[in-house]
Amino acid sequence: MSAKSHSTVMLRRNFKHITRNPTSVFNAILMPVVMMLMFVYVFGDAFDVGVDYIDYATPGLVLLAVCYGLGGTATSVNSDMTKGIINRFKVMDVTRGAVLTGHVVASVLTNLVAIAALLGVAFLLGFSPAAGFLDWLGVLGVVVLLAFAAGWLTVALGLAAKSPETAGMAAVPLIMLPFFSSAIVPADLMGPGIREFARYQPFTPIIEALRGFVNGAPATGDVVAALAWCAGIALVGYLWASSTFKKRA
Amino acid sequence: MTNTAIAVTGLRKAFGDKAVLDGIDFDVPAGTIFSLLGPNGAGKTTTVNVLTTLAKADGGTVRVAGHDLATEARAVRAAIGVTGQFAAVDDLLTGHENLRLMVDLRPRGSGDGERVVADLLERFDLVESAHKPASTYSGGMRRKLDLAMTLVGDPRIIFLDEPTTGLDPRSRRTMWSIIRDLVADGVTVFLTTQYLEEADQLADRIAVLDQGRLVAHGTPDDLKRLVPGAHVRLRFTTTAELDAAARLFTDATRDDEALALRVPGDGGTSSLRALLDRLDEHSLEAEELSVHTPNLDDVFLALTGHTAEAAK
Repeated sequence: MSAKSHSTVMLRRNFKHITRNPTSVFNAILMPVVMMLMFVYVFGDAFDVGVDYIDYATPGLVLLAVCYGLGGTATSVNSDMTKGIINRFKVMDVTRGAVLTGHVVASVLTNLVAIAALLGVAFLLGFSPAAGFLDWLGVLGVVVLLAFAAGWLTVALGLAAKSPETAGMAAVPLIMLPFFSSAIVPADLMGPGIREFARYQPFTPIIEALRGFVNGAPATGDVVAALAWCAGIALVGYLWASSTFKKRA
Repeated sequence: MTNTAIAVTGLRKAFGDKAVLDGIDFDVPAGTIFSLLGPNGAGKTTTVNVLTTLAKADGGTVRVAGHDLATEARAVRAAIGVTGQFAAVDDLLTGHENLRLMVDLRPRGSGDGERVVADLLERFDLVESAHKPASTYSGGMRRKLDLAMTLVGDPRIIFLDEPTTGLDPRSRRTMWSIIRDLVADGVTVFLTTQYLEEADQLADRIAVLDQGRLVAHGTPDDLKRLVPGAHVRLRFTTTAELDAAARLFTDATRDDEALALRVPGDGGTSSLRALLDRLDEHSLEAEELSVHTPNLDDVFLALTGHTAEAAK
C-alpha cells in the first residue's frame, strides 16, 4: 500500500474524530469569529489605524484563526501518543509518519473552514478588500503554507508533551503570539520593547503579507519574509516531529 | 523461517547509564507460548519494545520470524502482531471501526475486509457492542478488542504485554482461552506477565526476568522444582505441641518464634485429610491451619534471594 493511501486512511480517522467530538473544532471556528466581533465592535474605535478597522483587522484575525485551531491538534496528537495508538501503528507495516500527516492535513483543513467562516462574517460586517483574483490566490497560498507550517510544529509539540493537558498548554504560546504582532493593532502603537518584539517576530511579516494581498498591493519584502518564516517553521516542526516520533516508544 | 520464531542473543539495552536489559538470551520455537515472567520494572516491557521494533537494542542480535531486527525492521513488522500493556484502542471509534481501521492499514486488506471484521467481532464476542464507541467498553472488552485488532492480517507471531493485568478473574479466563486457541492454530505467542499462575497455565517455556537478567529459564515444571512447593502451615499454642508435631512430620520445617510448622504438601483434600488424621491419632490440635501455594514471590525468593517487591 502506498504512503498516500495510508495517509488517507489516517485522515479519514481524524475526520471521524472531529464529527464525534466537535468541541475543539467548534472552538477553532467560533473563537476567531467571537474575537472579530469583540475587536471590531468593542475595541475597534479605540485604535487609530488609518483605515476602516475591519479592513485592518481581518488579515490579522485570519492568522489568529489558524492559531486557534492548533490547540485541538496538539491535544489529539498527544492523546494518540500517550494512549499507545501511535505505537500500535509503529509496530505495523504502515508508512512511517502517515498518522502525523493525517493530523497535519486535518489541522490545515480545519483552519481553512475556520477562515472561510471568519471571512463570511467579515463581509457581513462591511469588510471591503481591494484584492483581485490573483491576490486572493496569494492569500490562500500564504494561509495554507502557514497552516501547514504551524501544523507540523504543533504535531511536534503534541508528540513531545507528557499528557494531553500539557500538550494543550504547549500550544498556548502559538495562540498568544499573534496578539504581540501587528495582527490587531500596528506595532508602532505598542509600548517600547513589545514594539520591537512585534516588529521582528515571524507573525508580523506573515500578517503584513496577507494584508498586502487583501489590499491588492503585496510588498515583495513582506511576502518573501513570510514565505521564509513559514518554510523555516515547517522544516523545524517536521524534523522535530519526525525525530520525536522515531525516538518515543 | 525455520523452527525458531524468535531468537535472542546477548540482548542489551540501557537508558542513560542504567542497564535495563543486561545480556539476555532465549529462543522461542514456532507454535509455542513463551512467557517472560517478572515483577514491575524487571525489563519486560523494554524487551517487548525492542523485539517489536519500537526501541533499538544497544547490543546483541535478535531475529524475529527469520528477519534481523536491526536491518529488516519492516519485514519483522509485517510478520508480527503486538498488543501493548494498555489497550491501544481508539476511544472515539466504534469496535467495528477500530477493526476496519486495522484492515485498511494492512496490505491485502481491501478485498474481503468486512468479512475479516465480522469474523473477529464474532470470535471475540463483541457483535452486540460493535457499533458502540470503544470508550463505553469495559476493561475486559477493550482488551478483547485490542487483541482482535492485533489479529487483523493473521500475524504468525504475537506479542502480548501483560494481557490480563487489571482484568477480573472471569475476563482473565476468557483471555487465556483465546490465547490457547491462537496457539492451536499454530501461532507463536510471546507473553509477559507478573503472575506465575498465568505463565504456568499457558506457557510451554518460562523465562524469569529480574533486574535485566534472566535468572531462570525452562518449562513450568522445571521452574517449580526450583521453588519450595505448596505447604500447609500449622500453628500451635505451646512449644511442647510444636515439638511433638515436628517429630511426627519429619520433612517439615519449624518456625519456633511463631510456634508454627510448615508441612510440604499440595493442599489437596486427601493429603489434607491424611495430615489431620495423623494429628488426631496423636491427640495433637493445631490452633490454626492454612494452605500456601507458591506465587511469584516464592519463585523470586528462591531464585534471587530477594522478593519481587524488593526488586522494584
